[in-house]
Amino acid sequence: MSPAAAVELVGIWKRFPGVIANRDINLRVDRATVHSLVGENGAGKSTLMKTLYGMHRPDEGTISIDGSTVQFRSPTDAIAHGIGMVHQHFMLADNLTVTENIILGAEPVWPELPRWVPLPRVVRSEEARRRLTQLKDDYGIDVDLDETVEHLGVGERQRVEILKVLFRGARVLILDEPTAVLVPQEVDELFSNLRNLVAEGVTVIFISHKLDEVLAISDDITVVRDGTTVTTVKPSEVDKRRLGELMVGSELPQPGTEESTVTDTVELSVRDVSAFASETDDRVVVGNVSFDIHRGEVLGIAGVEGNGQFELVEAILGLRPTTHGTILLGDTDLSTLGVQERRDAGIGYIPFDRHREALLLESPLWENMILGHDRSPRFGSGAWISSRRAQAECDTAVDRFAVATPGNAVPAYALSGGNQQKLIAAREMTAGPSLLIAAHPTRGVDVGAQAAIWEELRRARANGLAVLLISADLDELIGLSDTLLVMFRGEVTAHLDPATATPEQLGMYMAGERQAVA
Amino acid sequence: MKTASITRRNVNWGNIAISLAAPLVALLVATGLTSALMAISGIDPADAFSTLGSRMSERTAWIDATQRAVPLYISAIAVAIGFKMNLFNIGVEGQYRVAMLTVVAVGTSVELPPVLHVTLCIVAAMAAGALWATIPALLKVYRGVSEVISTIMLNYIATGVLAFLFAEVFAIREEGRLNPKSEELPKSAWMPNLVSENLHNISGFIFVAAALGVAYYVLVWKSRFGFRLRASGTNPTAARTAGIDPKRMVVSAMLLSGAVAGLVGMPQVLGDKHAYSSDLQLGLGFSGIAVALLGRNSPVGIIAAAMTFGFLDSAAPFLDLESIPKEIVVIMQGVLVLTVVVVYEIARRVKERRTQERASRSLDAALAVAS
Repeated sequence: MSPAAAVELVGIWKRFPGVIANRDINLRVDRATVHSLVGENGAGKSTLMKTLYGMHRPDEGTISIDGSTVQFRSPTDAIAHGIGMVHQHFMLADNLTVTENIILGAEPVWPELPRWVPLPRVVRSEEARRRLTQLKDDYGIDVDLDETVEHLGVGERQRVEILKVLFRGARVLILDEPTAVLVPQEVDELFSNLRNLVAEGVTVIFISHKLDEVLAISDDITVVRDGTTVTTVKPSEVDKRRLGELMVGSELPQPGTEESTVTDTVELSVRDVSAFASETDDRVVVGNVSFDIHRGEVLGIAGVEGNGQFELVEAILGLRPTTHGTILLGDTDLSTLGVQERRDAGIGYIPFDRHREALLLESPLWENMILGHDRSPRFGSGAWISSRRAQAECDTAVDRFAVATPGNAVPAYALSGGNQQKLIAAREMTAGPSLLIAAHPTRGVDVGAQAAIWEELRRARANGLAVLLISADLDELIGLSDTLLVMFRGEVTAHLDPATATPEQLGMYMAGERQAVA
Repeated sequence: MKTASITRRNVNWGNIAISLAAPLVALLVATGLTSALMAISGIDPADAFSTLGSRMSERTAWIDATQRAVPLYISAIAVAIGFKMNLFNIGVEGQYRVAMLTVVAVGTSVELPPVLHVTLCIVAAMAAGALWATIPALLKVYRGVSEVISTIMLNYIATGVLAFLFAEVFAIREEGRLNPKSEELPKSAWMPNLVSENLHNISGFIFVAAALGVAYYVLVWKSRFGFRLRASGTNPTAARTAGIDPKRMVVSAMLLSGAVAGLVGMPQVLGDKHAYSSDLQLGLGFSGIAVALLGRNSPVGIIAAAMTFGFLDSAAPFLDLESIPKEIVVIMQGVLVLTVVVVYEIARRVKERRTQERASRSLDAALAVAS
């Protein structure tokens, strides 16, 4: 009999209304190892981790920590059993120092009284500092305890989150997509920190869908697919391709465009465009960006999220004022036009965040089809909306993009994320734009839908559509783009040919390396 | 590829049943709660409800209820226009008061044939309401001032300014008159009553209210403007990204709401008092908020809500006769609004969950057929 596992999940089921998020999950994580969970978006990884962290209770199955069965009613219970979670989105107070952030809610106090005693207590700052310094030394985590969090980089913030969890006595760390916000160099630092932790006996559960990283850091890898654990493998037994196939359960689809369809006609011309963070904050978030997109061309923008891609798109759409520069769509100067005029001029937009920017969740699908296109004769005439025509348009789009829905009258919230994304792609592409801005067009979408959206993009490109593609998926960028730019801190720092560019090269520029001007 | 279109149009009977059951449940709960409140304060709920019940069988009670429901309906529509895009026009009160004095000023200064005179008065009322609502609209668009704050403040300003203007300019002082009154509108500006049975009247404004209800429905649910209004209300970021100018929408919605609010006082001014006087019924703008909430912003729902409020208001003096405090009526109205808001929110969540379940069930079935 092997020693008790740090964490063991047996036969976990979790159902949500209409969905089985987890079925028959079996997972054994050995002590002092890095155990990765891989799976596509929507495969059930997050549900599983929420179960383990006590954010909800499983319908069936047992959780054991160090060999004894436990039941978590809340994350507090999980923390009490030494389980800590580092969220993908940092939960830090910007205006407090690192120390204050870490001890917040778990301050060493004097006098130590039970929680319910309504007496004031004094925070023992020296004690907190002593324990934190000890923790930093033990685990080899480097961060300035007195710095305010607003001055920290992304990698340092993540280390603060990790310390926060360790300070609360965690022996099992759950890291949810920790590398999504990091540049490759920061990823290396994170990995060396994780190795130190493991050497000190901490167990790490690492959730990711970046297979290179998973193969590099893990002792064991468990694949989650369709809500269940498919298999557990050692990194030495598989390669990236095999792991990908285990994740999707079939051959991987390939993004790719056969032959170039790039024409000589410039559709979008962006010249020296700059923009500020906001009306009151004059940090430059887009700095002197210039590029052309021709008809039939896909121009891809790579970059770690938050390096000005979103602001650039806002500037093109007219949602954010530019401080200088010109934007031409065909022969039309967009700079004096409002958002509606720009969209009417032929800009389609698949947005970064579909719930915030693109959907009326409580409205029926056919009304969602109209949003942004309500002046089109396809959806009405004059001042009136024609629900009949809109429903017919919706049905056509649903069929063409294979949106899985029981009908055009169901509210948008009833659709899965992937189908919502397909609906938006359908809406924006059936309107016949001359320029499509596609931000993460296949994020959170299943493999089938991904292939369908890629296919539509390729077809539209062959018909002369100009596409501005922004993606975090480097394979997608390299596969679909005719031209590749890298953005870093609001500026274009590299121009690459996707035929020769490698993910490593992209990673280097994304981390801030500047391309030598030839 | 065809899995999507197997069951395109299917009626969700369960959800319809929930929608129908919700108002009944709300009514039962509200009755229970008010009974409990009455019992606590030493009133026999049976007395109160039997008084109300006996009123229901009287024709004049319904005439009075309808007469009171007309301005409440208009007021609630004004509020609902704002609600549809998450704008809280608390200023209907001020807007209709401003409109009442404006109409008296305009109506007494011209001579016109009957129909034209009434029409002019209605137009003047709407213009005045819209103008007063322009202030919070511009403050919101250009200065980011919450319309809730500015409209509440403007209610006070309206009250003060109107009291001053009325006392100093419009009021005609006569010996022995308790309620000061302005100059009376000429007969050509009077709105005739539809029903008039020994002091129980229904104003001809019921037609204006009905037309308003239809216009509200068509505008909000059938027109492009209405689509933009609702889109801005449900998801402002998405609406803005879609090219809907939020500033323009705020100004149009506020002006429209104000224009309708201007009509709230017209049944009184044109149909009853024919002057601006100190005994005009005030507070209709605030009741309108409650009626809009009770009617869930639906043109038909607001009819039911306005009738309920109208009936209770007109029954209040009769409770007093049975030595039941008439304030009970206000408590009932308040409890009813609260219960309706809570019960409908629960119903909405249940329906949302059922819709999701149904959607994924029917998709599973479609997939099973396909494979």
